[in-house]
Amino acid sequence: MTKILVPVKLVLDYNLKARVKSDKTGIDLTNVKLSINPFDEISVEEAVRLKEAGKATEIVVVSIGPAKAQDALRSGLAIGADRGILIETTEVVEPLNVAKILAKVVETEKPDLVFLGKQAIDDDSNQTGQSLAALLDWPQATFASTLVLEDGAVQVTREVDGGHQTLKLALPAVVTVDLRLNEPRYPTLPNIMKSKKKPIATQKIAEFGIDITPRLKVIEVHEPPTRKAGIKVKTAAELVDNLKKAGVL
Amino acid sequence: MPDYKAPVDDMLYLLNEVFNAEENVFSKIPQYNEVSNDLVQSVLEEAGRFCAGVLRPINISGDQEGAHFKDGKVTTPKGFKEAYASYTEGGWSSLAFSPEYEGQGLPRTLQVLVKEMISSANLSFGLFPGLTEGAAEAIEAHASEELKQKYLPNMVSGKWTGAMGLTEGSAGSDLSLVKTRAKPRDDGSYSISGSKIFISSGDHDLAENVIHLVLARLPEAPAGTKGISLFLCPKIFVNEDGSLGAPNTISVGTIEHKMGIHAQPTCVMNFDEAQGWLVGEPNRGLNAMFTMMNAARLLVGMQGLGIAEASYQTASAYAKDRLQGRAPGARETGSIIEHPDVRKQLLTMLGFIEAGRALAVYVALELDKEGFHPDAAVRARASSLVALLTPVIKAGLTDFGFETAVLGQQTLGGHGYIHEWGQEQFVRDARITQIYEGTNGIQSQDLVTRKLPLDGGKVVADFFGQIGNVIAEGKGVAEVLSLATQLEAALAGLQKITLRLQSGDLANPLEQNAAATAYLRAFTLVTFGWLWLRMALITVKKGAAATPHDKRKLLVGEFFAARMLPQVYGLFHEIEAGSTTLMALASAEF
Ligand SMILES: Cc1cc2nc3c(=O)[nH]c(=O)nc-3n(C[C@H](O)[C@H](O)[C@H](O)COP(=O)(O)OP(=O)(O)OC[C@H]3O[C@@H](n4cnc5c(N)ncnc54)[C@H](O)[C@@H]3O)c2cc1C
Repeated sequence: MTKILVPVKLVLDYNLKARVKSDKTGIDLTNVKLSINPFDEISVEEAVRLKEAGKATEIVVVSIGPAKAQDALRSGLAIGADRGILIETTEVVEPLNVAKILAKVVETEKPDLVFLGKQAIDDDSNQTGQSLAALLDWPQATFASTLVLEDGAVQVTREVDGGHQTLKLALPAVVTVDLRLNEPRYPTLPNIMKSKKKPIATQKIAEFGIDITPRLKVIEVHEPPTRKAGIKVKTAAELVDNLKKAGVL
Repeated sequence: MPDYKAPVDDMLYLLNEVFNAEENVFSKIPQYNEVSNDLVQSVLEEAGRFCAGVLRPINISGDQEGAHFKDGKVTTPKGFKEAYASYTEGGWSSLAFSPEYEGQGLPRTLQVLVKEMISSANLSFGLFPGLTEGAAEAIEAHASEELKQKYLPNMVSGKWTGAMGLTEGSAGSDLSLVKTRAKPRDDGSYSISGSKIFISSGDHDLAENVIHLVLARLPEAPAGTKGISLFLCPKIFVNEDGSLGAPNTISVGTIEHKMGIHAQPTCVMNFDEAQGWLVGEPNRGLNAMFTMMNAARLLVGMQGLGIAEASYQTASAYAKDRLQGRAPGARETGSIIEHPDVRKQLLTMLGFIEAGRALAVYVALELDKEGFHPDAAVRARASSLVALLTPVIKAGLTDFGFETAVLGQQTLGGHGYIHEWGQEQFVRDARITQIYEGTNGIQSQDLVTRKLPLDGGKVVADFFGQIGNVIAEGKGVAEVLSLATQLEAALAGLQKITLRLQSGDLANPLEQNAAATAYLRAFTLVTFGWLWLRMALITVKKGAAATPHDKRKLLVGEFFAARMLPQVYGLFHEIEAGSTTLMALASAEF
């Protein structure tokens, strides 16, 4: 009886180029395509594969965000998750606060496993899974590239600098997934249709009683500087000289 | 290889804002009660991802490798088998089929849009499910309950594919010349003997069985079109329990070497006393074929449109990237998109594509009403409009589709001629859409000689009336006044010619035949003008809420009215010249 909770986030579609808002406060998300965070798609896929293999019983997807975040839940439901929870807010919720809310969800849902993407491709924070594990005081394995569910434990191979590390965690546990864990399926047409009928419970973020006031202040968001034109040097000595001046040698 | 991105935004715009499909059509049809905007969006998005991710990557390689024929067996190029398996496992083959035969029961309109995407991604591939749908529809409409139960579920799921055996060496446009014979057997089935040519998906390795629908003559059948019957001949016999038995006596003579759609096997099929079962009534085979013709022709229209869209995507991206020459007035080398003539190429492509897609959605929604609307009067009107516009879609969208593919090739200059960019393949692949499923010449004849007279001319008058209403509305709106006025003049010219073809000096077989292709093109252009005006009006109505996509519609609509619509005047002149100059030179002098 393994139950898996999979948090998913709606982000700017990975095919699109991000554009900064004219007031430089963030990325412009009006009239652009938003999709489920690609790493989250991988975590849903992994959960669904476990269910198809008879190793998991229920998969719940949860998203924190505006009403539109439903789209991320629907994507997860179309891959094969069973039901969704939408925690509605129009505020920016920082990773630590996301983790605090998820910890509350874990209290009520009582999953055996939480699968998260290793990061969301919008702000690339790479914090939520780690914070959640700490708050719950559960074992964690990040950057999973293979995952084997055993009796009461999960064995995870992680991608680390210079190689692979294999860990065995006792359940319940938190796992964050990396790109190579699996290749998410294309949802089938019958599953897309069914996903529209799967239940999504909506809750207001205020019900969780967590102070989500941001602790970070965004001063300015701007596009990467355009590359400056290079200079031509005549001799190798001049090159070395310039590199020294630039402080790289 | 250039990427493909399905134009889901434009499709949703048409469904939701231009035609209000959920409210005006889907919610009125009990079978489509669950078809919400939200579902439509998910289906289109996922179909788009599938086409881009699975079908597109094997388009150029499939063209290069081509289908194979060896030792009497046909095999498809690398990757087609796997792609077909994911296509059927994904449930895409059953999209618009009735749940009674394990289909998904979604609207035609969605099927049509998904067909555009498949055609953009891989036309050769699209013909496998395309022919299956055509054959399955004919079976659903005309075959006995027993044949339906035996064959339909596996065709709907895509486990078996279908093929249409109409054409013979001496019977193409004129099917009254079909010679294949059918001899009754004692058990109520028939022995079919003859040779069919140009049979798309006639044989292949994607599925375990091919279900052939074959036109043949019964003994002592009357000559001509009234003596042709339709038969179902499986490649492999199906046992009572549904398992597969022995092979039928059907063989592949060869596959054709041809200009395009190389990955699609076009087969010579030999039927040698093959066992077949009658579909529908004896001697009513052509009628049975015609019931599925509207849908099949609409889908071929989408092939032309799909290729045009794919070619445009590559051309517009290339034009922004390619640095060559200085734009008028510029001091530095710029992208070729700054040159007015290159912009004309791209705008001409858009002027067709976005109006063509609008026309397809309009007709597909009528097809959905024709099929299932609870009100008989609505069904009847829809059915007439579909009949009128079917040749316009088939020939209009494929003629402009081919021209668009040529423009998209031209935008890339020399690279447009090189295989790896894919643009020259689009030109070759698009060409067949103008020829099969009734040549575009035959479509024009159909429009002029069979569709204009529908209901004593009331159907076409009703359609022109719809165009007139939008013009009247447009003339009251300053921002679209010029578009509306130009369309008004073009429509007036078209109506005049229409009358002459119906009951005036051109109302005889010779003049009608001489006028038909020019007439169909003028009809298509005026229809596109009507749709541009409708879209432009939406932009104006939205005012400050107009998105960049809306604003673009207004600008491309103006381009269309100024630079594409005036082609009608050349066509009117051509029609007015009559048949004299066509018939003057004696046949022997050619
Ligand atoms: C790749 C490919 C795939 C095909 N797939 C199939 C298939 O799956 N099943 C199938 O049954 N067939 C198939 N066909 C056959 C196709 O439908 C025919 O080739 C087409 O209908 C034209 O017939 P034809 O080639 O005999 O040309 P013809 O009928 O000989 O026509 C030659 C020319 O004369 C014109 N013409 C003929 N009659 C008239 C008229 N009354 N008025 C004015 N002009 C006229 C035509 O427009 C055309 O330009 C396929 C063909 C190809 C090339």
